[in-house]
Amino acid sequence: MLAFTLRRAIQAIGVMIAVGVIAFSMFRFAGDPVNQIVSLDTPAAEREAVRKSLGLDDPVPVQFVRYFTNAVQFKFGVSYQFRQPVSNLLMERMPATLELAACATVLAMVFGILMGVYSALRRDTILTKFFQAVSLIGISLPTFLIGILLIYLFSVTLGWLPSFGRGDVVRIGWWTTGLLTLSGLKALIMPSITLGLFQMTLIMRLVRAEMLEVLRTDYIRFARARGLTTRAIHFGHALKNTLVPVITVAGLQFGSVIAFAIITETVFQWPGMGLLFVQAVQNVDIPIMAAYLLMVSLIFVTINLVVDILYTIVDPRLRSTISRPA
Amino acid sequence: MSDAVVPHRVEPNAAAARSGTSWLKRALDSDIFYSFRRSRMTMVAAAITVLFFLLAIFASQLSVQNPFDPAQLQLMNSRISPLWTAEGQSPFLLGTDEQGRDVFSAILYGLRISLVVGVLGVILAGTLGITLGLIAGYVGGAVDGLIMRIADVQLTFPAILIALLVNGVAKSVLGNRLDAMSTLGVLVIAIGLSFWVQYARTVRGSVMVEKSKDYVAAAQLIGLPAPKIMLRHVLPNTMGPILVIATINLALAIITEATLSFLGAGMPDTMPSLGTLIRIGNNYLFAGEWWIVAFPGIALAGLILSINLLGDWLRDALNPKLR
Repeated sequence: MLAFTLRRAIQAIGVMIAVGVIAFSMFRFAGDPVNQIVSLDTPAAEREAVRKSLGLDDPVPVQFVRYFTNAVQFKFGVSYQFRQPVSNLLMERMPATLELAACATVLAMVFGILMGVYSALRRDTILTKFFQAVSLIGISLPTFLIGILLIYLFSVTLGWLPSFGRGDVVRIGWWTTGLLTLSGLKALIMPSITLGLFQMTLIMRLVRAEMLEVLRTDYIRFARARGLTTRAIHFGHALKNTLVPVITVAGLQFGSVIAFAIITETVFQWPGMGLLFVQAVQNVDIPIMAAYLLMVSLIFVTINLVVDILYTIVDPRLRSTISRPA
Repeated sequence: MSDAVVPHRVEPNAAAARSGTSWLKRALDSDIFYSFRRSRMTMVAAAITVLFFLLAIFASQLSVQNPFDPAQLQLMNSRISPLWTAEGQSPFLLGTDEQGRDVFSAILYGLRISLVVGVLGVILAGTLGITLGLIAGYVGGAVDGLIMRIADVQLTFPAILIALLVNGVAKSVLGNRLDAMSTLGVLVIAIGLSFWVQYARTVRGSVMVEKSKDYVAAAQLIGLPAPKIMLRHVLPNTMGPILVIATINLALAIITEATLSFLGAGMPDTMPSLGTLIRIGNNYLFAGEWWIVAFPGIALAGLILSINLLGDWLRDALNPKLR
């Protein structure tokens, strides 16, 4: 177990170093950083001075080590468009993204599990057919179209919900939250649905498939033979056993929720990291792009590592197979 | 098609096998076509997909103007609502946008771009993935380890993020003011680099299985070079799953292109794809001009839905376990 954890941790660090190399090469070689900082008519001597002050004339390995040590301390350089340290910009916007992603995940889990269980237990009802139609839409409609549709319905036509922004936010230390005000909560509804719909479909399909499988097993038949109530069998025995893969998938998906937040945040002009990243791509603001890549990779790699380790703790059957190189 | 994919129930007679019609007859007799005929939903999806491709191919014949040519647009005609509404004007069936662009013509031309980017992206991703998968599976060892490790790492990142990054880097290297055709190329490369992993994994898996079979040993014995064995003998036996992945990937590639264009990192306003049209239309949603965004949106959703349905059916039809 310890060997497995160690090996996975080393692998994770390896991935982070690889991503660091990519981020650094983007930062250093995709366009000349000096050109982005000085104006067009800056004389050559002044350009050289800027180059020297940024340390861009050092050997590349030295620059890489410097970039990496800075990145570990969350120093990602200065944004070309905002002329502010990238880390400040990211910190300012991180609460918005994390709040949105968390709400979307909770929404997706609750409704996904409910819909999945229902459609597994009542296979031929109209409601099940409806759920399946919703799941097909959730997979086929691009995220931004769902967002636009919701805005048209609830903001333009009905005027119930705001179509952009976070509403009023409350500041707690460096964290800003929209969960404590009415306008903040209202602003959160549509983006969370938009972002969570795809995960919800995924979870619903997974729960349904797992439930159908579990309901066929011998221990469920035995539970029926013991005369337990249907309710106890379905929820106490069957559902419990489907939850391990569901939690794994939901956990692994949290990373992609953050990535997909890029689209949702653009549709709803949600002031999070994703919107910052899209603006950076549009304006070729490499320091922000590189920093975002590093941050998101860190989140991904950490989640993957934690889920892998938790999984082997929760499911002892996996421990015998983990000795082979994954 | 290999025998692994289409098991023929009826052995065609030798005389018929030589003529061209027998090929068609065999296709019509196959299990695949039988399951196609059985599923009405699939037939509708196939018809809609074919219709979309035809609309894209004959875009210039079917449209009333060339939406990419500014000389043909007149501001006089801007923001006309669809034909069946009170303010509708002929010949603008689905209305016009802010620049006087006919929405129907713009959709046809946009559809063409979306499909071209999608198909080229899938071809690039497929070629890349199949090549790397063949090499990894056939050669094995350290090469296999390296390729699959890269695949593992890339798989943890969503394709849209990779596509956005490739796009941003390309723009930074080539300069921010790209013309429309280079943007199209960048989009194809971004999509190709985002979707190769699945092909590589699938091909590698099949190659590992096929490699130990007698026919490969026989081919090696008669001294065929490795690339020839891989391409002519091993690859055809892995085509079934690849076809399924390619179909589903086409839908994903079209979504990715549309998303990039919607985010403002794809096709420019002067040469819009469906995603660009939706981004432009989204700005006029609050002004009540719903048709500028609605019709491109419906076209995109219909296209993706029908390709997805086709992919689902193909996966079930080619899966021998479900027969």
